[in-house]
Amino acid sequence: MSQSFDDISAQLKRRHRQSTHLKWVSMGALGLAGLFLVLFFADMLVKGLPAFQQAQIQVQVDYSEQARQLPLAALNEEVRPLVSRGYLRLIPRRIQENPQLLGTTRMEWVLADSQVDQYLKGHHSKLKPGEQSVVERLQAQGRAELKFNTTFFTNGDSKMPELAGIASAAMGTLLTLVVTLAIAFPIGVMTAVYLEEFAADNRLTQAIEININNLAAIPSILFGLLGLAIFINFFGVPRSSPLVGGLTLALMTLPVIIIATRTALRSVPESIRHAAFGVGCSRWQVVRDHVLPLALPGIMTGSIIGMAQAMGETAPLIIVGMVAFIPDVTNSFTEAATVLPAQIFTWAGEPDRAFVEKTSGGILVLLAVLITLNATAVVLRKKFERRW
Amino acid sequence: MSGHERSRHASSRPEPGQPVTRNTDANHELSIRVRDLNLWYGQSQALKNVNIDIYQKNVTALIGPSGCGKSTFLRCLNRMNDLIPNVRVEGLVEMDGRDVNAPKMDEVALRRRVGMVFQKPNPFPKSIYDNVVYAPRMHDLVSRKAEQDELVEKALRDAGLWEEVKDKLQEPGTSLSGGQQQRLCIARAIAVQPDVILMDEPTSALDPISTATIEDLMDKLKQQFTIITVTHNMQQAARVADYTAFFHLGEIIEYNDTKTMFANPAVKKTEDYITGRYG
Repeated sequence: MSQSFDDISAQLKRRHRQSTHLKWVSMGALGLAGLFLVLFFADMLVKGLPAFQQAQIQVQVDYSEQARQLPLAALNEEVRPLVSRGYLRLIPRRIQENPQLLGTTRMEWVLADSQVDQYLKGHHSKLKPGEQSVVERLQAQGRAELKFNTTFFTNGDSKMPELAGIASAAMGTLLTLVVTLAIAFPIGVMTAVYLEEFAADNRLTQAIEININNLAAIPSILFGLLGLAIFINFFGVPRSSPLVGGLTLALMTLPVIIIATRTALRSVPESIRHAAFGVGCSRWQVVRDHVLPLALPGIMTGSIIGMAQAMGETAPLIIVGMVAFIPDVTNSFTEAATVLPAQIFTWAGEPDRAFVEKTSGGILVLLAVLITLNATAVVLRKKFERRW
Repeated sequence: MSGHERSRHASSRPEPGQPVTRNTDANHELSIRVRDLNLWYGQSQALKNVNIDIYQKNVTALIGPSGCGKSTFLRCLNRMNDLIPNVRVEGLVEMDGRDVNAPKMDEVALRRRVGMVFQKPNPFPKSIYDNVVYAPRMHDLVSRKAEQDELVEKALRDAGLWEEVKDKLQEPGTSLSGGQQQRLCIARAIAVQPDVILMDEPTSALDPISTATIEDLMDKLKQQFTIITVTHNMQQAARVADYTAFFHLGEIIEYNDTKTMFANPAVKKTEDYITGRYG
């Protein structure tokens, strides 16, 4: 006796119910992940966006002979505590560079102290009540405003929050990544090409493969120790320099690039290799003319993602001394430098309340660069992907 | 066929590897001589004492059931088996007086003279023009642009593809239909003017019309080249081949000119296979 449709439907009900449940659970998980992402971005934006604005106040600056010796004298007593000490410090030099300033009095927009900045942004501030009323009066007169913070993008680190910027860290990151790319990319790609296209499949190459996969899973701080032991202590590469940081990150990125390249090479159809061997290509010609061009989008994508990973890495760089206070923007591979995540780490440890927004602002900049890098990876892959 | 006739054929065999009867209209100059060829994949033997003489400017078909070693044998002729790990080859494959498997023989030089067309059309992911011109340029056969253009046109004409693609030479080879792609692969193979062209089931992925085109093409190409083709299709062997070798379990059971082989197979196994009793 065969079953009727009704019998079968009755059995199916439970199975359908199960799959509906599973669907809702999966969608819930996805929703939760999305929610966390939105929360994270919202928190970063709320905390970080104020960092791109900085308070400035309009004050009367008196370029007198006295101000040349004692910069504070250039300002009205009332606004003295409100102006950034970083600005005051520059007054004698400005007079020296522009002697015609001497003896004049001008109204100027100057960088305010970070406490004024925090006060205007509605955060907790250490301004005394008298100072607060001065700020409020200036604000009412339109002489105290939040303006776009160019300092944040042009300055290096500073102990004065209003002068602290990410330029030196960004430069350090750039130099470090140049070193990493220059070392990890060619070595990684050639290693993968050798293992995938030339080496025989024997115990030795299998052991190498396992070890490369393991290297990719090693905690990055160990690469820092390796970098410290080999590059700094043995080869004497300058400590804290983009060179040693780049070399250390190259060690870390190598397995990522090797694995990505091998996957890309493996995805090239075997028939293409056969065709090339069939017309009399040598092994190297097969790789150079046929396999590598087809694998290139995959190789580039993997490498860019590896570089993005290296860029966000802090732990190994702490070990090789790249978490340093770098006020000047360097462009040397051998001088002390810091990188974006290390700068964020440093700011996060500052006691001053004004550094909280710098920290979030730095994270926003890092995120923007990372998203740009990943988008580049996608675009490159689309562009070079041959659809034939 | 009676047992008497069979023994007469067997005793008239002067040397192993030659067909029992000779197709008298065909060319009898030797192209490839194979003696006592054995091949192992690891422990399992895929070819057993294969002896065969391949004649120039003929089509020789290799037929037999799946896994009988005919493709393996084909790949011995241009040493494509080198690419497979754990392959061991013993015996003689002689071409132009030289042992193909000798250590001094460069497989790149061998493949320059022994071209190959594969089962699945596999044009390079390049333009039609570059597909044809790539190998000749690599082997320094042509350098000037005019020479290249001439060679591309000649190869495509010989492959019967020129009229269809002459206006779109810069389009990717993979944009063509399956049959056109296979003719492009043939054009690519003949562009370096090889002596021998190996075809490994060249029509098994194609529709009947494309198959007929390729078969006509093989008939034309044998004026210039020695063609060895593997086929699953007995009618195809009967249509295009001058000589046919029947492989079974790694051995050549029978090798003869096609007409005799199909009309009068000398061995019972061959007869069973070609009449469709197994395989």
